Amino acid sequence: MNAATALKTLRSAALERVGSLAVPTTHDEAWRFTSLAALSRASLHPVVTPTPLVLADIVQWTILEATQRLVFVDGVYAPLLSASNATHAVTVCTLAQALTTHPAAVMQHLGQYAADPQQRFTAQNTANLFDAAVIVAPRGLSAAAPVHLLFIATQPNVSSYARTLVIAEEGSALSFVEDYVALTEGSYLTNSVTEVVLGANAQVQHTRLQRESLQAFHIARCAVTQAQDSQYHGVSIALGAEISRVETSAQLRGTGAHCALDGLAHIAGQQLADTHTCITHAQAHGVSRQLHKCIVADAAHAVFNGRVQVHPGAQKTDSAQSSRTLLMGPKAQVNTLPQLEINADDVRCTHGATVGQLDSEEVFYLQSRGLSPEAARSLLTYAFAAEVVARIPVASVREQLQEEVLQHRSAIV
Amino acid sequence: MILPNSPVLLEVRNLHANINGTPILQGLNLTMRRGEVHAIMGPNGSGKSTLSKVLAGHSAYEVTAGEVLFEGANLLALSPEQRARAGVFLAFQYPIEIPGVGNSQFLRLAYNTVQGARGKEELDPLEFDDLVREKMKLLEMRPEFLQRSVNEGFSGGEKKRNEILQMALLEPTLAILDETDSGLDIDALRIISHGINQLASVDNALLLITHYQRLLDHIVPDFVHVMEHGRISKTGGKALALELETRGYDWTTQTAAEAVS
Repeated sequence: MNAATALKTLRSAALERVGSLAVPTTHDEAWRFTSLAALSRASLHPVVTPTPLVLADIVQWTILEATQRLVFVDGVYAPLLSASNATHAVTVCTLAQALTTHPAAVMQHLGQYAADPQQRFTAQNTANLFDAAVIVAPRGLSAAAPVHLLFIATQPNVSSYARTLVIAEEGSALSFVEDYVALTEGSYLTNSVTEVVLGANAQVQHTRLQRESLQAFHIARCAVTQAQDSQYHGVSIALGAEISRVETSAQLRGTGAHCALDGLAHIAGQQLADTHTCITHAQAHGVSRQLHKCIVADAAHAVFNGRVQVHPGAQKTDSAQSSRTLLMGPKAQVNTLPQLEINADDVRCTHGATVGQLDSEEVFYLQSRGLSPEAARSLLTYAFAAEVVARIPVASVREQLQEEVLQHRSAIV
Repeated sequence: MILPNSPVLLEVRNLHANINGTPILQGLNLTMRRGEVHAIMGPNGSGKSTLSKVLAGHSAYEVTAGEVLFEGANLLALSPEQRARAGVFLAFQYPIEIPGVGNSQFLRLAYNTVQGARGKEELDPLEFDDLVREKMKLLEMRPEFLQRSVNEGFSGGEKKRNEILQMALLEPTLAILDETDSGLDIDALRIISHGINQLASVDNALLLITHYQRLLDHIVPDFVHVMEHGRISKTGGKALALELETRGYDWTTQTAAEAVS
């Protein structure tokens, strides 16, 4: 079967699944804290004409360290805004190009990991899979510069798809930034699916930034699969969207794999940010670490569900999960739930969750040094977020975010 | 030191303060002039720390009577940050740890905030770095402390040194040192005392709140006050501190009772 046919089959199978699945409601266990009522009320249509942006429009999001960049505007690839180099050792290209340069690799992996039969949004994305951002790091190559994948929403009332496939071949090392931004303050839907494949001994640093419009809907799925001795580090920052949901799964299929998931949701107003993760230790000697922090102001609502599965035979698994939430006011809410399913007996799995407010003694200490209560609260909130922001491996992104958190907008009515 | 005709810096008159409805300060009077070093000693529960918190403006304490004038103006009308900008500094007994905030960043922010309030020049990170390293030498603090989070993982002595470093940077007019000596070993005490002595001038004043006489061997006070049951029961010179050390706090209560009867 050739690539084009295989792709068609992938799409039509997904379309069938879409037909058989309902949009999740709060009656569904996996969505019980996250209502999509606002999304159902929105009238969204596919983009007709993508906005013709120029480089000046996107300069604020430039990542200095990145030498290759793919830009998608309203879900459509924008070649004039992108910068990729065919002679570069790391392949960064669209699906069409990847099917000519790496057809076997692409079709071997595309759609194989984000393939949950019950997932309607993922199925919808796959049913509309005509293009994608593809990154391939060849065997043994250690790429110093991060790759930037920039998805820009410019039009309200549009629903668009973002699709990414990252293949880190055996022994390679790669860093990429998956970046969702907006040039509109209106309501729209981004349905994103990302698959990351790590070969044996490969290392991937994945920075995920979500800075959508405050009225937007962002529904995302990230599926990571790891071969033996591979290392995956994901840092996910959620700042925007009226409703955002990111489901990340990491399958540690080979022995000795290492997975670190760090997350920060920093929301205010009436925002809802839902993070669901699932780390599966299928083999022995795997290590997983997770730190998820939420800062919830005004009447916003954060949801965190961190699942860790340890299969029989996954002996010497070493897993630690920590969820920390800062509630900024009496109306802020969080639902945080660790879920451990342990089926091996020689393992170490820890988890902990704390929910608290800003310490008034800390605020007083800073006031006694001349800071206003607002400046004190701002600094302490920054300090809370800093632990996760500090883990972003790309310096310019880290610094930009530190600034953004420090200047963070106050109450949104 | 006591200077003739030195202006009054702080006047506390008949100060009464509660916490959660419980009276702690019960008619405290204190006058401090520029250039002076005052020490307040007293048994646990006498209200020493409460006095420092009330002067700094901690919201948990309610002032029910009395007044506090700082440089002639009503101090109690000011918020904690206004008092800090006006030149009041409190070195905490238990300095707060602020993980995630770099010490250098915090110190620069505090410095620039107070400088700005005084209409003076603020410093950028490089300029500030030169300044803070200079001040750190005074307290024999290693530069690594700048990279760490504020007070996180600092030993007791290191936290207290960080407090005095802030005092050195903010150059307050009135520095209240709340049990700065507690938990310090002899070397740390020596270093911190030396630093404080260097910072004392004819224009500012120090209020040392201490449980132990030992500090006063290093920072010689002009006045020693004994605090009991929320008020000052006795005032004397350095010799009073030595008497208390020998005889204990009950002695002052007894002598006061004897005086009455």
